[in-house]
Amino acid sequence: MAEATIAGVQTLVHLAAGGQDPAQLLPAREQMAFTLGFHIILVPFGVAFTFLMLVANYRGIRHHDTEALLLAERWSKAAAVLFAVGAVSGTVLTFEMGLLWPGLMGRYGAAYGLPFGVEGIFFFLEAIFVAIYLYGWRRLRPWAHFWSGVPVPLAGLGGTASVVAANAWMNLPGGMTVRGGRVVGVTPWRVFFNGAFWYEMVHMFLAAYAVAGFVVAGVYATGMLKGRRGRYHRVGFLIAFVTAAVVMPVQIFVGDVAARQVFHKEPAKFAAIEMLPRTSTHVPETIGGVLVDGHVRYGLEVPNADSLLAGFRPSTRIQGLDAVPAAVRPAPRLVNIVHWSFEVMVFTGFALLALAAWFAVAWWRRRDLPRSRWFLRATAVSGAVAVVSLETGWVVTEVGRQPWTVRGFLLTRDAVTLSGNVWLFFAGALLIYVAVGTGAVLVLRQMRRRWAASPEDPVPVPYGPLEDVPQRRSAVP
Amino acid sequence: MIQVVAAGLLLGVMAYALFAGADFGAGFWDLTAGRAGGRQRRLIDASLAPVWEANHTWLIYCLVVFWTAFPAAFAAVTSTLYIPLGLAALGIVLRGSGFAFREVIPDGDRPPLVEAGFATSSVVTPFFLGAAGGGIASGRVPARGYGDPMSSWLNGTSLLVGCLAVAVCAYLAGVFLTVDARRTDDRMSERWFRRRAYAAAWVAGAVSVAGLLVTRVDAPHLFHGLLGRALPLVALSVLAGLGTLVLLRRQAAPLRVIRLLAGGAVACLVLGWGVAQYPYLLGDHATVTTAAAPTASLAMLVAVFCAAVVLVVPSLLLLYVLQQRGRLEDA
Repeated sequence: MAEATIAGVQTLVHLAAGGQDPAQLLPAREQMAFTLGFHIILVPFGVAFTFLMLVANYRGIRHHDTEALLLAERWSKAAAVLFAVGAVSGTVLTFEMGLLWPGLMGRYGAAYGLPFGVEGIFFFLEAIFVAIYLYGWRRLRPWAHFWSGVPVPLAGLGGTASVVAANAWMNLPGGMTVRGGRVVGVTPWRVFFNGAFWYEMVHMFLAAYAVAGFVVAGVYATGMLKGRRGRYHRVGFLIAFVTAAVVMPVQIFVGDVAARQVFHKEPAKFAAIEMLPRTSTHVPETIGGVLVDGHVRYGLEVPNADSLLAGFRPSTRIQGLDAVPAAVRPAPRLVNIVHWSFEVMVFTGFALLALAAWFAVAWWRRRDLPRSRWFLRATAVSGAVAVVSLETGWVVTEVGRQPWTVRGFLLTRDAVTLSGNVWLFFAGALLIYVAVGTGAVLVLRQMRRRWAASPEDPVPVPYGPLEDVPQRRSAVP
Repeated sequence: MIQVVAAGLLLGVMAYALFAGADFGAGFWDLTAGRAGGRQRRLIDASLAPVWEANHTWLIYCLVVFWTAFPAAFAAVTSTLYIPLGLAALGIVLRGSGFAFREVIPDGDRPPLVEAGFATSSVVTPFFLGAAGGGIASGRVPARGYGDPMSSWLNGTSLLVGCLAVAVCAYLAGVFLTVDARRTDDRMSERWFRRRAYAAAWVAGAVSVAGLLVTRVDAPHLFHGLLGRALPLVALSVLAGLGTLVLLRRQAAPLRVIRLLAGGAVACLVLGWGVAQYPYLLGDHATVTTAAAPTASLAMLVAVFCAAVVLVVPSLLLLYVLQQRGRLEDA
């Protein structure tokens, strides 16, 4: 902790000297936000969509359910395309760590880099078993093939844990000794399982399942709205929706726990989330509103609610932004972003919970989906809503930490690169990512069209074999 | 400890050069196959599809080991060579996603943009990675970082290493695809790829010789290392390369040996670079010992290596066997 104080003092001295932000800071932050925001949408498909695929596969074999088996095969192919795009966008993030943030990697790579080393193994395993599973359709016995897919979501869990560990470490850095601005000692265990690890990790892991579940359910809900009410669509819908519906209440609970952890461990972030200018007790929960000149305006205040939520007592004292030293206090603009993102995340989360509850009631009463078309309409957009929830959640974590990159140790302005025109790099990345995003959507739609036109169409995908059934090839003995 | 980690990093670079090299090279031949080369393109797709991702994961491995084991040197490299590395990163996105999309779309229906993106990035990416490697090898990355952003990769050594990277990729892919064509009894493609493997081998050889001459002036430490301590590896590389070419002509030659020799030639080249440069991390300054992270980080990396050997290597073998045999067992 003493080291953190020293780093803080150095920063204050630097700021007092009237240091200007480097020109690279804004484009670097925008590029990181954009590429991370893009990548995070693909993560749930590697982590959780592959789980849905295995559920369908299991059902297909266990109950001789041909529709479920067909779903599993098609889902594995869609997952392959998304996994490929996720892999390359993840590779770019790896490069950006060094290209945009040499100050972070150079000073703290010895600690911060470790979780990524662990992640590398999981990523490797995931890539290998995705390929084996795709290749294994009709080449392996059904159960052997099923088991060849099991490592994929497991590696997804391990990968999520590793990457979130790195992120959580930036929020609550631990497990290192710093002397003279250099990391001289590291305790890997404490770097990985830092103070923010568990609540961030579980929250993100569940979010991945919610996003994958609602997005996939949305696809089949759209099909049902267009009149495709066959068993294939029903099974596809149920596997995805039920998974997401089971996750939602747990996620709300975990989110509540996480927020209280942030209150205890990251008070500055909590003050930004709650848009609280001054430390006090009997703090109301502000819904909406903006922070202008140190005052909250236009917000709807629920008396005592914030203190009750944070400490179960109206007398709970909550630290405000005034407790943060002025030099490292987040600008009102950032506070507004964090506050609004948090509200949007909570609101969309509860909307998804309500959708899950609607389904649960209908299922409990008559073992069927709700009859209303509005249920299908709501599910059709639930995927997009879940993505909004995921993205805003990450905005809370990342923007809420500013102006720090490694809280208490390294300011973002000291982490950023000092050379080159980052705007050009950003423009190139933007252009390519837009093309890749559009390409991914077009390709997935084409796959669907081909399956709709002829259900037997093998549709080759990355990782998978080109020829669907090897026995037809005469050259192979 | 640091020697183990440095060796692990070098092995990672070697694996990336081998597996991704063959992969990039396939894209190079795809570019030159033209509209009429549907048959060759089909073979390329079939060979790449299942192993593509695993091939490229090696790059992530290298970056992660680099920044954890040698944080300051990593930052020095990225803050100096940001132009070639940034372009390589964008090339990797284009290449990977172009690859994913073209697999789904049947040959003939592919939009020219997807094809062009895939093929061009297959050539451009190894070139820029090679150029960055040349910048490091010739000692142009200052230990404190922020070296000259242009001359650090626009220089004799960088340009030659960049060209060498492209040629080596084309050579590897040419050999591997010849072998694949022979395995599936596709005589026409076999001849097509063999001719190209030969051409690429001669180009790679010529660029290497030119490179040696350039490094003599431009990067004397590397030059002396290559012809001194690393000479056995360099000689092995040349012999293996020549051996591959001889065996490619013989129909009876075992395919596994041809692959092994071609891979060995490239592996020895990369290892030779590492041995020639040792003990320096940044060409001719910053030794691996002075640039090393604290011991606990290194120990953790060694643990990661061990886990990788236990977990990843058998899985990877399973995948390659599956891809080579077309199946794992009777379905």
